[in-house]
Amino acid sequence: MGPHDLTGTVTPMATLIDANWLDYLLVAIYFAFVLGIGVMARRSVSDSIDFFLSGRSLPAWVTGLAFISANLGAVEIMGMSANGAQLGLPTFHYFWVGAVPAMLFLGVVMMPFYYGSKVRSVPEFMYRRFGTGAHLVNAISFAVAQLLIAGVNLALLAGIVRALLGWPIWVSLIVAGAVVLSYITLGGLSAAIYNEVLQFFVIVASLLPLTLIGLNRVGGWDGLTDKINAASDDASSGSDAPSAEQQLNAWPGEALSGFDSPLLSVIGIVFGLGFVLSFGYWTTNFVEVQRAMASDSISAARKTPIIGAFPKMFVPFIVIVPGMISAVLVTEMIELKSGGSPEGGASGEGVAYNDALLLLMRDVLPNGLLGLAIAGLLAAFMAGMAANISAFNTVFSYDLWQRYIRKDHSDDYYLRIGRLATVGATVIAIFTAQIALGYDNVMNYLQTLFGFFNAPLFATFILGMFWKRMTPTAGWVGLVAGTLSAIAVDRAAAAGAFELSGQGVAFLAASVAFVVDIVLSVVVSLVTKPKPAAELRGLVYSETPREDRTDPHEAEMPWYRRTAPLAGIALAMVLVLNFAF
Amino acid sequence: MSHATDADGSDGQPKKAGLFDIRNIIGALLALYGVILTLAGLLGEHEPEKTGDVNANLWTGLALLAVGLGFFGWARLRPIVVPPDVEAPDDDPVRPGPQRKRPPAH
Repeated sequence: MGPHDLTGTVTPMATLIDANWLDYLLVAIYFAFVLGIGVMARRSVSDSIDFFLSGRSLPAWVTGLAFISANLGAVEIMGMSANGAQLGLPTFHYFWVGAVPAMLFLGVVMMPFYYGSKVRSVPEFMYRRFGTGAHLVNAISFAVAQLLIAGVNLALLAGIVRALLGWPIWVSLIVAGAVVLSYITLGGLSAAIYNEVLQFFVIVASLLPLTLIGLNRVGGWDGLTDKINAASDDASSGSDAPSAEQQLNAWPGEALSGFDSPLLSVIGIVFGLGFVLSFGYWTTNFVEVQRAMASDSISAARKTPIIGAFPKMFVPFIVIVPGMISAVLVTEMIELKSGGSPEGGASGEGVAYNDALLLLMRDVLPNGLLGLAIAGLLAAFMAGMAANISAFNTVFSYDLWQRYIRKDHSDDYYLRIGRLATVGATVIAIFTAQIALGYDNVMNYLQTLFGFFNAPLFATFILGMFWKRMTPTAGWVGLVAGTLSAIAVDRAAAAGAFELSGQGVAFLAASVAFVVDIVLSVVVSLVTKPKPAAELRGLVYSETPREDRTDPHEAEMPWYRRTAPLAGIALAMVLVLNFAF
Repeated sequence: MSHATDADGSDGQPKKAGLFDIRNIIGALLALYGVILTLAGLLGEHEPEKTGDVNANLWTGLALLAVGLGFFGWARLRPIVVPPDVEAPDDDPVRPGPQRKRPPAH
């Protein structure tokens, strides 16, 4: 191995990361575990496996970890470290203003409706509450969103393949697509609970040492802040990096929201990111919500996201901090941040903020730990993309094909359609990955997508859940108008109609989508005919009796196992964290 | 979760999740990684210029070994009891594997 070529120039065909047999051994062990359990699950070798996969009475820590692990993929690891490298501490808002309050809200308020109505997908809930129009609109937008997000996961996966093997990016994309397809076909998703929990531990086991070694290299937290201050003083005028003061304080976070005024910035973060984007993402994303639906009672389902919130609040320390370290320790990242455009990077078209974590791994992890980190990243992106593809597959074959195109065929027929959809989705993802590769910071792209799809969905959900007068027509009109207005804001910004840096455009687009959706839904509801109240039980708050929404046994549990006190503790902890940074 | 009497519970005792208890699987993977990294730390190249003079493989290996053994211990002390009749899990629409090849249940 040649650790000394770190400082030298990287020739085009050289690999970004020098992995050796030890690293590949660790990666191979991981996949042997995952595929091995998958095979045993399908052959039903043990009741215990069935027990864990059916999840009917799983310990809450298992479902809680599976819940956050389902999300600890591309968004979290690469996106947040890229954001940390570019913007610094304001990125913490994604966790402490965004995810954690949204997860608590999901557990306390929304979960009883999901669990009680036994729906298995978002479009299905739309169908029950609003009927065909909203269902069709939502099924199509959900399917498109899954294909675009699968592209993000694939782009990141291909980035790792390229970093390891040095192949051109399009070859890496095709290879990565083939790997995911065989992972799905070999049954990589059939032991999902095991995979997700294993994945969580492997990722923590690799990112925690990465953070600690990185901090050791820069001289601890003080060394990191000193270096960020120094880098900011040295930056050339061509640099668009925010000032050191902005990078080192979470509030008011102008660099993240793109607003110059601190007050507007705080409003943008709390309403745009916190309320609309994060609540929209966490409460309507069934790839995650589904994990809670498998529990044995309403009480356990409600506690799943709440228990997940506890580890979730500490995840930023091992994804954002490494990004910040990378920006002051890795030669290429320093050059990029001070306004240069260094060669190399995972995409092959120059180093981008997305490369922050991979480059830090290259510079500080010895062979061995490097393999552990690669295993964790490959696992996360592969499982993430496989989940997108499967979600697409289900919505395409059952919600679209069966309901609107070919009714009343055999189960085998729809399974065949599903298999074709899986292959088709993987091929399409190779193309949507190209869009993702065009973004220097993949977080900007993801938040834009969430603004298009999740923000209007959240508006329609929340209004439909609490206002029984909301009509079926309002359901689909609101969704369409919300999505179109978010796209309009995004395109206007791209055309230069106004200027907001960071993720400000995404926050604004999401907020506009939310407001447009609510206003139009109310107006349309007032002039159209609502569903009879009798059909809304379990779907609308006022029409659902209290005993349908709560677990009668919960009152007998000790306080630390009840939903509300747990949520209260999590909220208090996250408030403390918000004030501390 | 009630009383831990025998190891396998095959003779009418409540049946424990045993080898496939998720904690044993986590423990096995982490402990295996722990052993490999500890050995790599002791025998392999140290690469102090990357880590800033810490034997990162060794320390991470020892920590993983400890956590892995902790999971084994937890699974032993508080075994999960599997109910006598476990239904085959439903197909999960957001993460379906290939169809399970099992004989139809009667």
